[in-house]
Amino acid sequence: MLGANKKPAYVGSNKIILLKKGLNINIKGKAENTFIEEAIIENFAIQPGNFRGVVPIPKVVVNPGDKILAGDLLFYDKKRPDLKFVSPVSGTVKAINRGARRSIKEIVITKDEKIKYKKFNSPNPDNISREDLVDFMLESGVWPLIKQRPFDLVPDKEIVPQNIFISTFDSSPLAPDYNFIINGKENVFQKGLEVLTKLTSGKVFLGLDANNKYPPADAFTKAQNVEKVYFKGPHPSGNTGIQIHHLAPIRGANKVWTVGIQEVITIGNLFLNNIYDASRIIAIVGEDIETPGYINTYLGADITESVRVCLKDSKCRVISGNVLTGETKEYGEFLNAFDYMISVIPTGNYFEPFGWFIPKKSRPTFSKTFLSKWINPGKTYSVDTNMHGQERAFVATGIYKEVLPMDIYPVHLMKAILAGDIEKMEGLGINEVAEEDVALCEFICPSKQEFQAILRDGHRMMIEQE
Amino acid sequence: MKRLLKYFKKIEPDKTKNPFLFSMWESFFTFLFVPDDETPGTGTHIKDKMDLKRLMSFVVLGLIPAYIFGIYNIGHQHFLALGQYTGFWEGWNLKFAHGLIKLVPILVVTMVVGLGWEFYFSSKKGKGIEEGFLVSGALIPLLMPPDIPLWILVIAVSFAVVLGKEVFGGTGMNIWNVALLARVFIFFAYPLSISGDNVWVSGFDNIVAGIHPDYGWWHTGFFNTIFDWFNLDKFDSHMAIVDGFSGATPLAIAKDGGWDAVTQAFSTHDLLWGTIPGSIGETSKPLLILGGLFILLTGIADWRITIGAVLGIIFSGFLFNLWGATPLMTIPWYYQFYLGGALLAIIFMATDPVTAASTFKGKWIYGFLIGVIGMLIRVINPAYPEGWMLAILFMNSFAPLIDHYIISNHIKKRLKSE
Repeated sequence: MLGANKKPAYVGSNKIILLKKGLNINIKGKAENTFIEEAIIENFAIQPGNFRGVVPIPKVVVNPGDKILAGDLLFYDKKRPDLKFVSPVSGTVKAINRGARRSIKEIVITKDEKIKYKKFNSPNPDNISREDLVDFMLESGVWPLIKQRPFDLVPDKEIVPQNIFISTFDSSPLAPDYNFIINGKENVFQKGLEVLTKLTSGKVFLGLDANNKYPPADAFTKAQNVEKVYFKGPHPSGNTGIQIHHLAPIRGANKVWTVGIQEVITIGNLFLNNIYDASRIIAIVGEDIETPGYINTYLGADITESVRVCLKDSKCRVISGNVLTGETKEYGEFLNAFDYMISVIPTGNYFEPFGWFIPKKSRPTFSKTFLSKWINPGKTYSVDTNMHGQERAFVATGIYKEVLPMDIYPVHLMKAILAGDIEKMEGLGINEVAEEDVALCEFICPSKQEFQAILRDGHRMMIEQE
Repeated sequence: MKRLLKYFKKIEPDKTKNPFLFSMWESFFTFLFVPDDETPGTGTHIKDKMDLKRLMSFVVLGLIPAYIFGIYNIGHQHFLALGQYTGFWEGWNLKFAHGLIKLVPILVVTMVVGLGWEFYFSSKKGKGIEEGFLVSGALIPLLMPPDIPLWILVIAVSFAVVLGKEVFGGTGMNIWNVALLARVFIFFAYPLSISGDNVWVSGFDNIVAGIHPDYGWWHTGFFNTIFDWFNLDKFDSHMAIVDGFSGATPLAIAKDGGWDAVTQAFSTHDLLWGTIPGSIGETSKPLLILGGLFILLTGIADWRITIGAVLGIIFSGFLFNLWGATPLMTIPWYYQFYLGGALLAIIFMATDPVTAASTFKGKWIYGFLIGVIGMLIRVINPAYPEGWMLAILFMNSFAPLIDHYIISNHIKKRLKSE
């Protein structure tokens, strides 16, 4: 391991930002850099709820039984009719499932054996106006793959983002290796970046990982026309929110965009190959997985079908996303649109005698009251979903700032949200923080407060206010 | 353990019919077993092993050295007054026995009254009991003189828990340190039982030469019988207080006579190790530092506050040395740590995260001002024998203000950079 402050040689003359605060949670079940035995996944779904800012009951234009191509329109937003959502795969529309208050929960498509793509007539981004480019991206369905901060909304077409941020590494527990995902997709990735540079008035920032011995993949280090900045430090150094905060923080009414690397690839494919290619490489990780690794699939894969072949124990929790920020998925539900991983961990519904004092098994922790923190700080732990305590009022104060490498007062922000004080929320920087950024605060909280749920509520209040 | 779990599940009282019993049962049960609750489906799926029970218990663990020495010193002071067993290990069995006889009732009354109120309020709120009183309840006995009348303690603890904490919404919401509120209540309502020269040495009606010790059944019946079996020294109620014993604390002596008078009565060795009269837990400096290191290194208490307070004491002690107008001002600044309850206060009470400032900068300011104000009250104010209790409560009141300015500055900075 490199020293905390040492700059790796491969950084060269590039900018590097050293972050000290944070916590790496090392847990069992990290993916090997190989593809695991291919699971047969038949069903895929687009879930309108994954896209923030879309009306709960969008206008669906397909019916069960319809044959569609990858890239065909599925539904559009009633308030913003040019905001279109397309199918990630070709096949037959299987079902349109509704959730609470008749909202559209998901549109399920059964995939053809071989994907057939709708042919787009992609313009050359260099030769057209920004307006036409945006219209084409809306029409082809790649627009909603971009997120607009604050609040991770589907971007407004009228707003030109100040900057665009792309993090090329994920520092969360059991995160997939983006260098593995990008392998062989250098060209489309570069094309996607070039399209994005046309859309902002500022720069496209690429956040690179400086935590490893070896430099990141060439696709990232040799990317053209973008601003490359290295980040070194524990989780959450890979979060775009943290990177934005250190590069060009969101102030006032400014908006920025964030895009994930596989979304960049989808955009690149659209302009290079004229197809909407929603293929995704997904990591399947966690202690309850036989051989953690990667699978080749498409956006919105059926989560049960994805993990079925490699599940060790049926008494487990299947999570779309990582163990800090993901969402629990039940049988027959689907991977969320922006997630690159499925985590499967044991459930924790057991009583533990004197567990608060003498734990039966050592668990990951931030607290120095545990011996393992002193003796073996790099240890890889087993985890489960037990609360390890009960919810209490906020008592501890300083510790939360130690895992949040931002100039933010997390507890004061949470209390402002709980009090519904909009002005104070804004002053304390709610526009800069995403749920994933406070996930570690929630993890270490001895009072077991739900930081992410509180922040989500705060974001909702802010959106309603606008 | 499985059988115990089954048994506990079987005796679980009905929550709606018997809320008081339920909250009592629940608090004991969750101490025995960490519940089987799982994380909700949205939010972190895994949780840190750390919880409030562990946090609070670690503070209590840090207080154990002070407790053990406190028990010994209650007995030691008692026999110093009698002029018997004046060596450290001489009559150790008598000293510990006398200490236990004095301390156990104080601890039991504090816990029963305090937890009783906690159970009552948690049953009214329909929420699990908060662990905050564990620490307050462990601190209160250490702040008391050994002979504190128990009925006064009952009123003081009730005042601190009900009016000091629960009316604000319970643990995490209180403005003032609960343990210090209990003490300050006694200090103003029943000053004679917690100040002066008569209260620090236990087991006598009055500290006058020739007075016999006031032994009860526990001394002469229970412990003497046991000591008889093992052929150890026994309590003897014919002994009497020796001539010239005053029972005054070093701080009281220093007030009139300065450091010279203190060193005539006690050696610096005594002052350091704590074989001097005082509140039960405040006297032994090395053991307080040991417990302090434990909670500071494990990250339970914030070192910024303690270091800030130490700097505050050094700073003001140094200035007083330069001024030198009264005997107390002339005491070398480093000896100020040897007197009174400074260490107990700045290690264990100033660091209470709920009542302290909550920002890093605020903690430095808060700690430093506690050091300065504590010294001001100790040295300048003739009416109060010691300053820490009032200094901490005073700064408790100002902690939200300190935070307010730091947070406002932070907000202004963010708005300016727009």
